[in-house]
Amino acid sequence: MSGAGDAVLELRAVHRTHGAGPAAVHALRGVSLVVRPGELVAVMGPSGSGKSTLLALAGGLDRPTGGEVRVEGQPLGALDRRGLAQLRRRRIGYIFQQLNLLGSLSALENVALPLELDGTGGRRARAAALAALTEVGLPALGDRFPDQLSGGQQQRVAIARALVGERRLVLADEPTGALDSQTGEAVLHLLRRRVDAGAAGVLVTHEARHAGWADRVVFLRDGVLVDTTAPLGSVEQLLSGSDR
Amino acid sequence: MSIRHGLLALLERGQMYGYQLRAAFEESTGSTWPLNIGQVYTTLSRLERDGLVRPLPESEAGQRPYEITDAGRADLALWFATPVSRTDRPRDELAIKLALALTTPGVDVRSVVQAQRSATMRALQELTRLKYGSDRPEDLPWRLVLDSMVFQAEAEVRWLDHCESSLVRHQPGAPGPPVPRPGDAGASDAARWADEEARR
Repeated sequence: MSGAGDAVLELRAVHRTHGAGPAAVHALRGVSLVVRPGELVAVMGPSGSGKSTLLALAGGLDRPTGGEVRVEGQPLGALDRRGLAQLRRRRIGYIFQQLNLLGSLSALENVALPLELDGTGGRRARAAALAALTEVGLPALGDRFPDQLSGGQQQRVAIARALVGERRLVLADEPTGALDSQTGEAVLHLLRRRVDAGAAGVLVTHEARHAGWADRVVFLRDGVLVDTTAPLGSVEQLLSGSDR
Repeated sequence: MSIRHGLLALLERGQMYGYQLRAAFEESTGSTWPLNIGQVYTTLSRLERDGLVRPLPESEAGQRPYEITDAGRADLALWFATPVSRTDRPRDELAIKLALALTTPGVDVRSVVQAQRSATMRALQELTRLKYGSDRPEDLPWRLVLDSMVFQAEAEVRWLDHCESSLVRHQPGAPGPPVPRPGDAGASDAARWADEEARR
């Protein structure tokens, strides 16, 4: 693998085994992956191939049983729980199918929450939250509560919360969930834009159409990375139909 | 789809000469279907022969515009009113290739599936990138053409996923060449299909 000096996310021969002995389940078996700034990598594979495990390890929500995970060069294994929690709040954004918005907080408060938990002052946190809500096209709905928003709007609020502040790594697990195709596409558009602005992104999906938004698609099977798509060619190459 | 109906549809907007028709055709298909000017003139002369278009006097610049006739309009209306039949489309080489891979000794079918999935996924990435770069209102026809290709590529990947899970179900852990057996529904269907294709 080429030097990963500027990598935002690096997985080095990562293993994750649940249980032990004959009953052990090997969710990941020696997976290595580098994601750089401005790069969106999609992870595809059948159910049970290890996609969500990979994402949980990348985000410090789970620890590997072998190998190493680094975020911006920092080995996560070297961090205690407190350090890990801080890194998650400051540097990593998560977009899940389950939105996990708090019903008793307004949209703006939901988005500001990670910053406030991290000790950012109320005013600065709210300003950053408003900027994030503007980025997802909902600058005027900050006062609404989740149950006053449509499904698509709730998903946007969840994305704003994932993007708020200086997140350099954005992790998305089937982020378009049950959204209709137009709304789902808008979600991917937002993710793509943040990555184009310099973040690194990992998108776990079973939908090829969504993985199409990535710069690179890797395929997982039985906990092993089996393939990756070739680098994208030029637009002209595609138009001339040379590969079809 | 024929180029003739494409040209008739463009002439329905107003009279045009050959180079204008070519440019308009490529614009409306987002250049996914490049035409050479020879194809345009050959098609125009056939349309003229069939009474569907009529040539107009040459301009001072030496360009001869064409206009659509009433018969051409009727033909065009019929084309828009008639659904495209799936049986008119060329046979799917990929499906036939996979069916043959299943019955050919020494072929690792899962590798064939994965190689195709990677290639199709890459095409999908390219298409998505093109779409991402075309969001002006006047790009709508082009975006819809792209969407059509995106959905077809997506369907192909889904079908490949389906093939792979069928392989796993019918040949658990079996590397190397699969041998179809009577009663093995997946493989024997594929073999029968391949046989029928071969006989055609």
